[in-house]
Amino acid sequence: MINLAPREFHLFQSAGRDFLYLVPSAAIFGLDEPTSAVLRLLTEQKRPEEAVIAALAERFDATTIRDAVADLLEARAIGYEHEPEARFPRVLPLMPVADSASSPRTGVIPLTTMVMNVTNQCNLACTYCYEYGEDKIVDTENGRKPKFMSEQTARDSVEFLLRESGSVAHLTFFGGETLLNFPVLRSTVAYGRQRAGELGKTIDFSLTTNATLLRPEIIEFLVENDIGVTISIDGPREMQDKFRVFHNGAGSYDVVAPKIKELLQRHRTKPIAARVTLTSGTLDITRIYRHLTEEIGFVEVGFAPVTTSPGQKYAIGDQGFDRMLGQFRLLAQEWLEYTLANRHHGFSNITESLEEIHKGVSKAYPCGAGLGLLGVSTDGDVALCHRFAGSDAHKMGTVRDGVDREAQIAFLEQNHIADKTDCSKCWARPLCSGGCYHEAHVRYGTTTHPNLHYCEWIRGWTDTCLRVYGELSERNPAFLARFDRDEAKAEAVV
Amino acid sequence: MRRLKPINQKAGRVVDYVAQQKQDVVALQQPQQPVRPHLPMGCTFLFSPGWEADQAGGTAGLCTPVERDIFDCHISCFWPAQVPDMLNHSPNWTGKCSAAQKDWRKIDLVFP
Repeated sequence: MINLAPREFHLFQSAGRDFLYLVPSAAIFGLDEPTSAVLRLLTEQKRPEEAVIAALAERFDATTIRDAVADLLEARAIGYEHEPEARFPRVLPLMPVADSASSPRTGVIPLTTMVMNVTNQCNLACTYCYEYGEDKIVDTENGRKPKFMSEQTARDSVEFLLRESGSVAHLTFFGGETLLNFPVLRSTVAYGRQRAGELGKTIDFSLTTNATLLRPEIIEFLVENDIGVTISIDGPREMQDKFRVFHNGAGSYDVVAPKIKELLQRHRTKPIAARVTLTSGTLDITRIYRHLTEEIGFVEVGFAPVTTSPGQKYAIGDQGFDRMLGQFRLLAQEWLEYTLANRHHGFSNITESLEEIHKGVSKAYPCGAGLGLLGVSTDGDVALCHRFAGSDAHKMGTVRDGVDREAQIAFLEQNHIADKTDCSKCWARPLCSGGCYHEAHVRYGTTTHPNLHYCEWIRGWTDTCLRVYGELSERNPAFLARFDRDEAKAEAVV
Repeated sequence: MRRLKPINQKAGRVVDYVAQQKQDVVALQQPQQPVRPHLPMGCTFLFSPGWEADQAGGTAGLCTPVERDIFDCHISCFWPAQVPDMLNHSPNWTGKCSAAQKDWRKIDLVFP
């Protein structure tokens, strides 16, 4: 008799029933009692089908169990012990073609988002900053890169984006402090709109700023041009002023709070999002969330742990990640209650995860960097993403010469999830895929290394999101259907 | 699948995939083709051997009786075959042939 054996999956309970999250397909199935019983039995011990039937004979008849086994085999939640498990396929997505002369665009991944570092200078001196702190990659003070992007480079970047993109292009302005180079930003928006119009493409704009330089005419410009805004802010005064300080050490809260309120009051066409950097000293996430939504007025708030090498005192340790997870779970529960009542809740971390879960995303790469997203440094060098902009080791061409396809291929070859041995047995890899390249580079010195320091946190958070998803699928499927509509819209655009 | 309930989009695709694996193969098949009535009679399908290959995939048992070929092509196969004019001159040329596998010898010979 051949043993049946469990394959890779994660079981979770939600809305009073069992769900199955399959790995690596990322498919989610609802289980009934017999399938659930079979799966649990086989997880305890591998056994042949007849033994499964015998073990469950008191609860279910043989036909029911045979059906359950057949279904689980078809979904590949279980398999025969002697048959090897399917390996994660090592397929490079839409492999770029190195020889662009013979087939100029065949197989090339269109660029959807270009993050443009209009300056590498900042008027704040946040002590944890990956760009200026001890973990920086690029020397922005004494390096050879210009401190501000020139008008010409910005135009070349726009041409590059429109050349490499499909019908829709997103341009994100980044820094440094983006608004330090507002003149170039302003003219780039006008130029981008004009060129996109001429080429029959759609372009939209967004920027990230620390809000210190917002003033009425800039706000007016952002409103008029429908520019999405993300504000980097860490929370109430004492949290914001802990790290987000000016060069003289003075806190920035009192400078930014009124400006942000003004922006929120005026700019209504796009949701203004807050982006919070969490450190070991600022993990009171619920309080930060309340402050930013209720007192400041943000519609969306997203949180990300600080990127740092392990030695820094603001680095989040194991206990910190546990605490963070606890707080995230509280907010997720609150988000769920709001959503079940069809009310808006601005905890954006969960919305992003749910969309990926709903679609069944199974990633070969943790993010779009080097695929549909590229960063551009002040001198027009193209990089993996904005966090690597200006780093020679992560250069992928220039805006004038285009993407260096060989570098891109080499990167995709080296960073595929199939080569991350540590991840090969982890059920959360379809969504995590090893985590942020930049984080890995800072922690472990290479983008190819999985971010092993936050595995428990990722698994805990993914499990929470799956449970929330399970609840919604039972109690408010209409909410999830919006992700279907978005996809339909995206397809129509393509 | 009878007992597993697909919840997310990917699960729906898994169910479609499994269903497709169980489906018969049809000519000019497209991915995720809606299920249509399918009556394989001619050529290499089911009981009827074809010109290119027989039921076993070899060439030992290719079609021999030309009447059979004509009949199968006429009813269900994509293969173009010259058949009698059923509307005007020979409406009953297949009248005695109710089951091709048994009665193919009874197909009328038609002389134009």
